Amino acid sequence: MAKRWTNDLTAADVTPEALFWNRRKLLAGMAGAGLGSIAGGAVAEEGLATNTWEEVTSYCNFYEFGTGKEDPSYYAGAMTTSPWSVEIDGLVDNPGSYGFEQILEAMTLEERIYRFRCVEAWSMVIPWQGFELADLLALAGVQDGAKYVAFETLLRPDEMPGVRYPVIDWPYREGLRLDEAMNPLTIMATGIFGKPLPNQNGAPLRLVVPWKYGFKSIKSVVKITLTDQEPPTSWNMANAREYGFYSNVNPNVNHPRWSQASERKIGGGLFAKRQPTLMFNGYEAEVASLYEGMDLAKHF
Amino acid sequence: MEPVNRALRRIPPWSLYILVAAWVLWMFWQGLQGHLGVDPVKVLEHTYGERALQLLIAGLAVTPLRRFFGLNLMRFRRALGLTAFGLVLCHLLVWLVLDVQIVTQIVADVLKRPYITIGMLGFALMLPLAVTSNNWSIRRLGARWRVLHRLTYGVGLLAGLHYVMLAKGFQLEPLLYFAVILGLVLARVDWKACLIRSDRANARRDSLQNP
Repeated sequence: MAKRWTNDLTAADVTPEALFWNRRKLLAGMAGAGLGSIAGGAVAEEGLATNTWEEVTSYCNFYEFGTGKEDPSYYAGAMTTSPWSVEIDGLVDNPGSYGFEQILEAMTLEERIYRFRCVEAWSMVIPWQGFELADLLALAGVQDGAKYVAFETLLRPDEMPGVRYPVIDWPYREGLRLDEAMNPLTIMATGIFGKPLPNQNGAPLRLVVPWKYGFKSIKSVVKITLTDQEPPTSWNMANAREYGFYSNVNPNVNHPRWSQASERKIGGGLFAKRQPTLMFNGYEAEVASLYEGMDLAKHF
Repeated sequence: MEPVNRALRRIPPWSLYILVAAWVLWMFWQGLQGHLGVDPVKVLEHTYGERALQLLIAGLAVTPLRRFFGLNLMRFRRALGLTAFGLVLCHLLVWLVLDVQIVTQIVADVLKRPYITIGMLGFALMLPLAVTSNNWSIRRLGARWRVLHRLTYGVGLLAGLHYVMLAKGFQLEPLLYFAVILGLVLARVDWKACLIRSDRANARRDSLQNP
C-alpha cells in the first residue's frame, strides 16, 4: 500500500477531541463491518482546520440531484449504492466490472485531509478516507499506450431528479492525464470523517484531486476508461471558454465568471474574510512538476 | 374583479415598505444566527436578488393586469418599484461588503465579468427612477416623467439577463423569469401605433423616392 504522501501533524491538532475519539470508534466499527481498515494515523497540515460534517454534507454540487447547494442532501438518498460496481476498460490488462467490495478488499484505506476549492470561489477542508487511484489502476493493469483516464458518474434517471433537465450533457464525465491520475495526491475516496461517503458527497466511490477545481473530483464513479486520447469532460463540453480540461486551481488565471485570486472559506458565517487562493490549491510542491514548460494560461 | 379591487383599496401602499423592510432585516438576522445554512453570504445575496426580481416583475405587471384582467394595483406601483430598488441595493451591498470585499476585485469584476457589468448597468438605470419616484418629480417633469420611467422595461430585461447569465449550465428557472419579463415588455408595446407609424414612415419614404 501506498503511503507515498504524508504530513507531520495529525487530525488531533485540529479536530475537537470528542469528535476525534468518536471518529476512532466509528473507524473501528467500519473495520469490524468489513469495510476495510484505515492504515496509520490521520494526515493533516498545520492550521488546516477541517469543516464540520454538516457543512461538508449539506453544501454540495451534484447536479444529478438539482442545481441548489442543498438539493443533493435532500434528494441523493434515493440513489442505490449497493450493489455497486465500476467498469474499468480501455487500455488495461484486466478489463471488466469490479465490485465495490472487491475493490475495498484489495485496497488499504488511509485518511487524507485536503483543501477543496470549488471553481465558484468557495473552499472547505475535508477529511477523506480512501486509497490512491494509482493502486486501483495497478489492479487493472495500465497498458503502455495509455495516456489519459476517463471517468463517468452513474446515470440513473429514476433515482436522479436533476437529470430530467439538460443542465449538462449527462452522464457527468471527467478526465485526467495519466501522470495526474498516478500522482500520490490523487485518491479515490470512500469516506469522510471516518464514515462511509454520504450519497450527496459521491457515494460509494469518488475521485478527489485536491489541486484542481472541485468539479474535476467526479462523484459516484461507475466507469473508468484508459485511453490514448484526451477524453471529453462535462463542463468543458458545456462551456470550453470557461472550463478547461486541466482546471488546475490557479489564482493567476481569470475565469470569466469568478475571480480566482481569492476564495471564501465555508463555515466562517456572514462576516468571514476572503482568503487568497494558493497556486495549485497549496499543493504546488507536489504537482507543479507535472506542468513544467506548459503555458498554464493557455492550458487552463 | 371589482370585489378584489375593493378589498385592495383597503390595504395602504406603505404596508409594502414595512413588509419588505421587515423581511430584509429578518433574513439578515437569520444569517447572523446561523440559520441560513453553511453559506449565509450566498443565501442572502441570492434571496435579496431574486426577491428584487420578483418585485420588479410585479411592477411591470401592474398595467397589463389592469388592461387585460381589470385588476387595479396602480396604487402599489410606486411601492413595488421602490422596494424592488431597495432590495437591489441590499443585494449589491451583500455582494460588495460580505462577498467580494476587496475593492480592486470589485472593480475587476464589474469590468471583466459580463453578468456583473449587466447587473451594475441595471442598478445604474434604477437610480434616476428611484430618485424621481415622488409626486414632486412627477409634477416637475410632466410628460418627461413617463418617458424617463420607460427605463423600467430596460431594467427588467437587464435584471432577467443578469440572472440567465450567472446560471451555470442550462437551467430552467432563470429562463422562465426572463420569458415572463420579455412577455410583460412585449405586452406594453403599442403594436397598433407601431404599425401605423411604420406605415406612415413607409408612405413618407415612398413619397420621397417617387415624388
